[in-house]
Amino acid sequence: MTDKSIAAKDDAEPPREPPTKPTTATPSGIEVPQVVTADMVADREPEMPGEYPFTRGIFPDGFRGRMWTIRQYSGFGTAEESNERYRFLLDQGQTGLSVALDLPTQCGYDPTDSIAKTEVGKVGVSLSNLAEAEILFDGIDLAGISTSFTINGTASIIYAMYCAVADKKGVPREKLTGTIQNDILKEYVARGTWIFPVRPSMRLIADTILFSYDQTPRFNAISIAGAHVRDAGCTAVEEMGYTLANGLAYIDELIRRGGDVEKFARRLSFFFYVHMDFFEEVCKFRAGRRLWAKLLTERYGVKDPKALMFRFGVVCGGSSLVGAQPDNNVVRVGTENMAAVMGGAQSIFTAAFDEAYQIPTEHSAEIAVRTQQIVAHESGIARTVDPLGGSYYVEWLTDRMEEEVMKVIDEIEAYGGVTKAVEDGWLQLKIAHRAAERKRKVDSGETVIVGQNYFRREDQKDGVAELFKLDPQASARVIEKFEKVRDSRDNDAVASSLSALEAAAAKDDENLMPYLIDCCHAYATVGEMVATLKTQWGEFEEPVRL
Amino acid sequence: MSLNGKRILIAKPGLDGHDVGAKIIALALRDAGADVIYTGLRRSPDYIARVAVDEDVDAVGLSILSGSHKELVEETVRCLAELDAGDIHLFVGGTIPSEDHDELRHAGARGIFTAEMTIDAVVAAIEADLGA
Repeated sequence: MTDKSIAAKDDAEPPREPPTKPTTATPSGIEVPQVVTADMVADREPEMPGEYPFTRGIFPDGFRGRMWTIRQYSGFGTAEESNERYRFLLDQGQTGLSVALDLPTQCGYDPTDSIAKTEVGKVGVSLSNLAEAEILFDGIDLAGISTSFTINGTASIIYAMYCAVADKKGVPREKLTGTIQNDILKEYVARGTWIFPVRPSMRLIADTILFSYDQTPRFNAISIAGAHVRDAGCTAVEEMGYTLANGLAYIDELIRRGGDVEKFARRLSFFFYVHMDFFEEVCKFRAGRRLWAKLLTERYGVKDPKALMFRFGVVCGGSSLVGAQPDNNVVRVGTENMAAVMGGAQSIFTAAFDEAYQIPTEHSAEIAVRTQQIVAHESGIARTVDPLGGSYYVEWLTDRMEEEVMKVIDEIEAYGGVTKAVEDGWLQLKIAHRAAERKRKVDSGETVIVGQNYFRREDQKDGVAELFKLDPQASARVIEKFEKVRDSRDNDAVASSLSALEAAAAKDDENLMPYLIDCCHAYATVGEMVATLKTQWGEFEEPVRL
Repeated sequence: MSLNGKRILIAKPGLDGHDVGAKIIALALRDAGADVIYTGLRRSPDYIARVAVDEDVDAVGLSILSGSHKELVEETVRCLAELDAGDIHLFVGGTIPSEDHDELRHAGARGIFTAEMTIDAVVAAIEADLGA
């Protein structure tokens, strides 16, 4: 290695002796007894899966009724290339699609925009207008597969495009299944694909949820996500706490819009990371499920058990993947996969071992799918519901985590609620400090990361053997196709659909979804729709605090 | 060593919203004595160069995790040169594959920092480079 800075690192760090004992506290800081005994576990009525408060799972038959969905996040370059990868993954036994979109699509810029041009097709596929969606889903049965979109700032537009592509293919909207992430609150805190100010963004989210309840009843119009704040530095407790607090904020907005909580709460779903501390992760999900059901019952008087069910998907990987000795990530993802199953996840994305570096190759993507298949069909852990239920430790830790999660929610509410915490940058700053703390613990060796801060080989070269190379011409092809659509569409229809959208956006109580779908059918672009909405709402001004 | 008296701009060029690394380094440089300015998200290289000049900084640190590091570094170097600010030192941090390091260095990056490095090592490298 010729890197001077790496040399500086080696000078600064003499080889360390690895620890010989486990730590006594979980990464969230919960001090764990040497042994948990029966008398330390709270006395409560025996809990059953499928029954309130759902600690043990939302379904009485667990995975016997239905296995979790294997849903790999994927997408890059052009719609043609991504379509090919989707067909490959479906052929390998994947059971749901998860669409990765490029940053211009996520931030609401057309591929020709000057700020977008270096990012076209890089971290996901470019989906700038309906023509691209038609290519992306070519040969894929939209009525038979569920599709998840990691999209937030432009979620309503991508959802409209999905409805429009279904219309074009003759698939009834009520048959559509899948999810849009559509969780803007956490975008302001981590991940950063916000566009509009907080309040109109909340309105847009309420529009999608209310629309989906009528038009696409099997489609989740929101996936309230803790994953990204977790990746940004939060603990497991904070991840669950912030996510539930965001969920409550969306409920309040929906109620303000006249929604019936009994109905729309059934359409709320959640999304988390699974990191490496096995029992903390399992108990995070058990505690979250119980607490959500309690909050909805106690605060909103929700009665319908279906509306109380805490449904969630997970990612195994994220920042728990390590660049050093990357093959080891296969083991990390496998461990996390098992925690997700023990925690009762409805859908699981196992990241590929090389994702700390790059878009997965076909080889690494296949191992990630096989990992789930091995856990599902060889390990036997899905055989009975909540197999860890009743373990003294698991029940004790579930209770402790529930208490700690509630403290996080209380703290935000004491500050003045999520919206204020985000607008002020209070939450962002808190997470930045948490991230620095987490990094310092790794740097000091308090947190062990095998192959990175301990157990390194002398001649270790960090990197992956097989490189994924994006086609350098992909972005040029995206732009060429984009210009062709723009030149051949009916521009009068585009203009009139956009002006109808603008007029509707000016009225606070008009649901924008039908207008967005009309725009999509007219082949208006994502950039045009976003620009139209910006004329009414302006843009979010990021509170930059250090 | 300390960075007392040094002014450093930490910037997020392009559309990438992953700012944890940028903030961690900004906080650490400030703890080491530097005056740190953080641009916030989604800034163009042109904007970053103008802020660097207006704020009279000694160094600019770009944080890039979207894979667009080559284009964004080249563009920032060009914008700084256009403002006769080629003497401002440039660093890059983020998800930067090692096979791209030489090319970035050739383009003008004086240090390339990835997540595996310790915070102290990054601060030390910047101190050494700025002669603090």
